[in-house]
Amino acid sequence: MINAIYFLIPEIFLSLSVFVFIIFGVFKKNSFDLIYKATIIIIPVVIFLILNNNFENIKIFNNSFALDEFSSFMKILILVSSFFVLIMSKKYIQDIKNNKFEYPVIMLIAILGMFFMVSSNDLILFYLGLELQSLSLYILASIDRDNLRSSEAGIKYFVLSALSSGLLLYGCSLLYGFTGSTNFQVISNNVGDINIGTIFAMIFILVGLAFKVSAVPFHMWTPDVYEGSPTSVTSFFAIVPKIAGIAVFIRFMYSPFQNILDQWQYILVFISIASMILGAVAAINQKNIKRLIAYSSISHMGYAIAGISTGTESGFKSTIIYILIYSAMNIGFFAFVFLMKRSGKYIEDINELSGISKNHPLAALSLLIVLFSLAGIPPLAGFFAKFYIFMSVIESGMYALAIIGLVTTVVSAFYYIRIVKVMYFDSPKKPFENFKNYGVYGSLIFSCIFLSSFFMYPSIFNGIISKINIF
Amino acid sequence: MNFPILSSITFLPLIGAFFVFLTKSESNQVNKGAIYVSLFTSFANFFLVLFLWYSFDKSSPNFQFVEEAVWISGFIKFKFGIDGISILFILLTAFIIPICVISCVNSIKNRLKEFLIAILVLETFMIGVFCSLDLVIFYLFFEAGLIPMFLIIGIWGGPRRVYSAFKFFLFTLLGSVLMLIAIISIYWITGTTDVTEIYKIKIPAEFQNLLWLAFFSSFAVKMPMWPVHTWLPDAHVEAPTAGSVILAAILLKMAGYGFLRFSVGMFPLASEYFTPLVFTLSVIAIIYTSLVALMQDDMKKLIAYSSVAHMGYVTLGIFTFNKQGIEGGIIQMFSHGLISAALFLCVGVLYDRAHSRLINNYGGVVNILPKYSFILMIFVLGTLGLPGTSGFVGEFLVLVGAFKVNFLVAILASIGVVLAAAYILWLYKRVIFGKLENNQIKEMKDLNKSEMGVLVSIGILVIFFGFYPEPLFNTVNVSVDNLINNYNMEINRLSVLK
Repeated sequence: MINAIYFLIPEIFLSLSVFVFIIFGVFKKNSFDLIYKATIIIIPVVIFLILNNNFENIKIFNNSFALDEFSSFMKILILVSSFFVLIMSKKYIQDIKNNKFEYPVIMLIAILGMFFMVSSNDLILFYLGLELQSLSLYILASIDRDNLRSSEAGIKYFVLSALSSGLLLYGCSLLYGFTGSTNFQVISNNVGDINIGTIFAMIFILVGLAFKVSAVPFHMWTPDVYEGSPTSVTSFFAIVPKIAGIAVFIRFMYSPFQNILDQWQYILVFISIASMILGAVAAINQKNIKRLIAYSSISHMGYAIAGISTGTESGFKSTIIYILIYSAMNIGFFAFVFLMKRSGKYIEDINELSGISKNHPLAALSLLIVLFSLAGIPPLAGFFAKFYIFMSVIESGMYALAIIGLVTTVVSAFYYIRIVKVMYFDSPKKPFENFKNYGVYGSLIFSCIFLSSFFMYPSIFNGIISKINIF
Repeated sequence: MNFPILSSITFLPLIGAFFVFLTKSESNQVNKGAIYVSLFTSFANFFLVLFLWYSFDKSSPNFQFVEEAVWISGFIKFKFGIDGISILFILLTAFIIPICVISCVNSIKNRLKEFLIAILVLETFMIGVFCSLDLVIFYLFFEAGLIPMFLIIGIWGGPRRVYSAFKFFLFTLLGSVLMLIAIISIYWITGTTDVTEIYKIKIPAEFQNLLWLAFFSSFAVKMPMWPVHTWLPDAHVEAPTAGSVILAAILLKMAGYGFLRFSVGMFPLASEYFTPLVFTLSVIAIIYTSLVALMQDDMKKLIAYSSVAHMGYVTLGIFTFNKQGIEGGIIQMFSHGLISAALFLCVGVLYDRAHSRLINNYGGVVNILPKYSFILMIFVLGTLGLPGTSGFVGEFLVLVGAFKVNFLVAILASIGVVLAAAYILWLYKRVIFGKLENNQIKEMKDLNKSEMGVLVSIGILVIFFGFYPEPLFNTVNVSVDNLINNYNMEINRLSVLK
């Protein structure tokens, strides 16, 4: 038992540093800068600790905590994305005078919660991790507490998310009642016989999960929360919890519910199609860039869920690649949003980008690459993300899903290239305020190079991902 | 392994584009460095392609200069290779791009550097389309071309450029996504996306029709065939001269090439089944768009509609499945690539001087621009298919092939020849002859050296291939034979089975 502690070193290290930071921040005034930097530094350390953990698919603490390639991969992805989010949003946080030391600490707590979500092999641990993450996210959404919209976003997110957590918990308790265990493997064995109670439980849990990844029809909070929260928080929301959400989604579908594939498959197909269509259609008229990316992320979640809905091994691997490329694209996108600052104020209106390619040719080119990648145009990485998804979808013979999915990419291409149009075809306005911000530039360049050179060797991650097994 | 010449010609322009990107402009207007780098790259590529043509073994039906590499491990190999059909298109591409570079130096006033980068990147994608022997790689290059073309139309285009660019982008994207589904389905049916393997394995008959339709949706939009041709006139009218040239000369040919390589090559049965559909659409395209062309008052729009009509001959020729028809279709594409490029350049010459594309604004140009009028004459005659120009060879062969297969279709298609003469000669008459009324025209200067060089070199090729098309036939001959043999074998095999 005590040996199992060794496997938890990354998590323990993370929680210890959270405590140290809190105590340090309480006793020392104006410690935002220091703690922020320390947070940025400890993330690579945690990555190193995870990589250093050599094990082979073990489950510790009475089979409640799973350590496998899947969880390590997802944790590293979460950490890397958070790293980029942190380095690019620092200047923004200072500019909106939100430099409280709690900000990075809460982000770390959210990451800790995601770690437990990703690794959970037990309903209780899963729920604890989820709530740890969600509570941190409520605070983050309303962190700009003097701003009405931020507070509104926080409240809105809290109320709706609490409702979905309630449904999720109800589902969990039903599942426990009907299968007699909270352990995923035991549930998986007992759930086999068709039982109306477990199906109810499965649907309640699906609703909760769909809410967390903002899939239609549980997406209503997304645009408002994305728009209302400070952009630094939005960038975190759009990337990191989505990774964790999709990871949990995969684990639920492939572990406790794997034997009732025919029960959940069509629900997921519906969720997927609805998300793709709504995300594509509703984004067309958006003028606010954060609302636009909210709808865009809804439609991207649709594609990711399409991969899961196949129920096959290639399906969930394609989803992993999808979420990876999705994070890279959103890092680039938000890095650009952090650049959109004119006369001391951050702007969010798409029309304000008009003619920016003349004033900032390189930044505009980078956003162009990101946008075409989001639209899924080859040879950029976004195409391969969709390609892998539709490979597995068509392998499972779901042609209708594939056709609808690809047709909606055309619709969504419209609003992505509308931004390109504003940047390149319209007449220029005043340039953005130029500030040296290596975090933003670095993230933007990283994202662009990743997206535009992915085609040279698209199987770069296949080696790692092929090691990931279905649980 | 030999020197990877196909990858070199494909990716050389991309490297050139990178160096153009690094150049610094001396002032807002002038950027000599960018011009020299792109000229050097495009000419170097052209000579490489000439060398490739020279060293290409014209007597072998196999794919040559094949390059293979692991790309997506376990799924897809990166595979390049050419046969007699593809090398002709590569040649055309490599010839047209330097011409575009030269012409845009005169006509593009702002952001020249970005324009040159877009053209060079586009060259990479276009050559990649003709080189690739793998469906996914093909799709990659086929779609990737949308990005630079979208920007070329949108940034440097005319007043309605936004509408046209969006229409172009969304139309072609919508057409292509179905092809992607078909490609992935082929992978799961045959276990490979390597075209040569698929030729051997052969796609089962029950899947062919649907897959053919999916590919057709993409190629028909790109070609463009009636009734999905409406994006083309818009795109042509708004695109800058060099953009129109690339669009007409090469981008449209990708679809024709796709029909030959994929539709006919992989789905012979479905191709035969859908021949009446293609014939109908082609004949409608030939007659209807010729009539529409007659009524245009914008020169570029007129040429755009004539392109649709000429592409009608190409599809007609390809789907006759006999040697005359297919070779005629290929020669027609090649010659249309030259002639339409030249016509757009000629319109560009007038537009640069008088800033109008409306036919009514001109008249009596011959008095002011005698050299220009003479050269335009060659291309006008080429468009209507006068014997002695390359336009004649292709059209004639297509009609011969069509008469063999279907008398009615051939007769109807022949009407198009008459209509072509009507609209293009009428255009020539209204623009070049008549009274000199517009004062703006009186101040125009005749062709300068670079325009002269470009137009004369195309003119020489048009006449040369009109009198002596042997080099073209020589190149495609064996590959077309091979294509037709495979097609007939497959049809016979399946009819025996039935």
